[in-house]
Amino acid sequence: MTSTRTRTRLAVFGFLGPFLALFIATIVFPLGYALFQSVTATARSGAFGEGGGTTVFVGLQNYAAALSDPGFISSLGRVVLFAVVQVPLMIVLATALALMLDAASARGVKLFRSAYFLPYGVPGVIASLLWGFLYTPGISPVIDLGKVFGLQLDFLGAETVLWSIANIVIWQYAGYNMLVIVAQLKSIDRDLFEAAAIDGASSWQVITRIKLPLIAPAIVLTTVFTIIGTLQLFAEPLVLKPLSSAITSSYTPNMAAYNQAFTNNNYSLAAAESVLLALVACAFSFGFLKLIGRRQNA
Amino acid sequence: MTETSTLDTSTRAVTTGTEKPAKPTRKAGSRRGGPARILLPVGLAVAAIYFLFPVYWLVIAATKSTGSLFGSSGFVLSEPQLFQNLENVLTYNGGIYLRWGLNSILYSGVGAIVATILSMSAGYCLAKFVFRGREFWFNVILAGVMIPGTALALPLFLMMSQLGLVNTYWAVLIPSMVSPFGVYLGRIYATAAVPDTLLEASRLDGAGEARIFFTLVLRLMTPAAVTVFLFQFIGIWNNYFLPLVMLSNPDLYPVTLGLVSWQSVSDRNPELYQLAIGGAFMSVIPIMIAIVSLQRFWKAGLTEGSVKG
Repeated sequence: MTSTRTRTRLAVFGFLGPFLALFIATIVFPLGYALFQSVTATARSGAFGEGGGTTVFVGLQNYAAALSDPGFISSLGRVVLFAVVQVPLMIVLATALALMLDAASARGVKLFRSAYFLPYGVPGVIASLLWGFLYTPGISPVIDLGKVFGLQLDFLGAETVLWSIANIVIWQYAGYNMLVIVAQLKSIDRDLFEAAAIDGASSWQVITRIKLPLIAPAIVLTTVFTIIGTLQLFAEPLVLKPLSSAITSSYTPNMAAYNQAFTNNNYSLAAAESVLLALVACAFSFGFLKLIGRRQNA
Repeated sequence: MTETSTLDTSTRAVTTGTEKPAKPTRKAGSRRGGPARILLPVGLAVAAIYFLFPVYWLVIAATKSTGSLFGSSGFVLSEPQLFQNLENVLTYNGGIYLRWGLNSILYSGVGAIVATILSMSAGYCLAKFVFRGREFWFNVILAGVMIPGTALALPLFLMMSQLGLVNTYWAVLIPSMVSPFGVYLGRIYATAAVPDTLLEASRLDGAGEARIFFTLVLRLMTPAAVTVFLFQFIGIWNNYFLPLVMLSNPDLYPVTLGLVSWQSVSDRNPELYQLAIGGAFMSVIPIMIAIVSLQRFWKAGLTEGSVKG
């Protein structure tokens, strides 16, 4: 059966080939290109660069430049602080919603689930536009409502705007994360609940002893994706920028990189900043997975 | 697959059979959770208000004139003129909004269809064919899931500009056709849902590999395919960074980019406030209807993914 081997080879080529070609072209190669660019610089010849540029290897110089730029460092610090607060909030809310829906009687559950998931269909920039209006004095009914209770609400101030952004992100993705957890909850063998009921377990015990341990994989998954997504923060602050003077053009690492690339035309520095951000995201995701792994082994 | 599902129903039949003796204990359990019984619906309702009230505000605001947008409470109707507003959105600047909408549908629709077929075939290949480098490629693809999309946008832009593709539909379409997550889901699903015996039987019958995939395998993988399609569609629809980096011609913008371009100049031109709200309203409503009506598909593939993963 020599034809089987040729057949397999052809099949692999035909089935995997097209995806792999695009995967390499749009993910592997750009990643390599970004790494390459982050260790090079364009040297201009002629007084105004009219002689064109030549690419020269500069080692880690771009990284040093990025890491010694106080604007970039503070943007990194800002998204890390943002993630430290927002990721746990998001995951706890998503898990709580999933457990609440699971505990509620069948009636109305579908309706609530749809309501929570609905914002996932609203693009980040449109969600930001929407909340931007709700944060704007003069338009926002929330601020008007606050005034009735004697509260002077300022959602766009230097101290508050980061958390106003956190609210937008939670509004958008909590329902999606909830759905992933609900899917795992649904896969739990119902016999376990019967058995627990017979043994006289309270609903709280069922949650802590059965449900939470069994949905842990889904929680871990959503946490990792939330960490990666959170550190990439870009569209939300960009849209709120015209509304709040507290948001600078390098408010988040992605905004800083975008700014370097398209305002300052410094692609090498932008690439170094993108790579640094990806490294931070990797470190946090793997750090989290390591932490979980150690817990489970202990 | 069918075997496990029959097993499932049989165990369920057994549990329904034992339900009678179990009932009293369960009642006792719920009596103990007395306060939870009141708190639960309250909690669910409060959450629903949080998630829905911005949408409610959007609907109300879309009906207002620019004047009453600023002059009246955001929670109540005031001289509704929804159709007038929507007409303004659709006719502003030579009807560019409609073009943005069609662009969004093009990017999301074509991108998601191609991404789904490619990732289902790749997933199927990784699940059912044994070849050298299989695990290596699978791991590389998995790592691709973890790479922040925005880290790739800038180098992609530079590549596209080398190829002269910047500011064309291709610049957004080509990167949208790749879904590493889809391959991951496709492999897991194919392993569980495509029986080897079926493949062997079709091969003995003389069917070619392409025919087996397109007539048999793809049908068996439909739930995973629908899930990947929906996620990819929403992902492309919601993506902002990639089109922002790639496109400078407003004729090629998707809705997201277009609306932000209106909003960003609205402090100089207050009329655009109302247009941005009306435009957001029109782009959000169809997606929301689609999300609610397609809800069962969101779960189908997700369960597979999270259970096995």
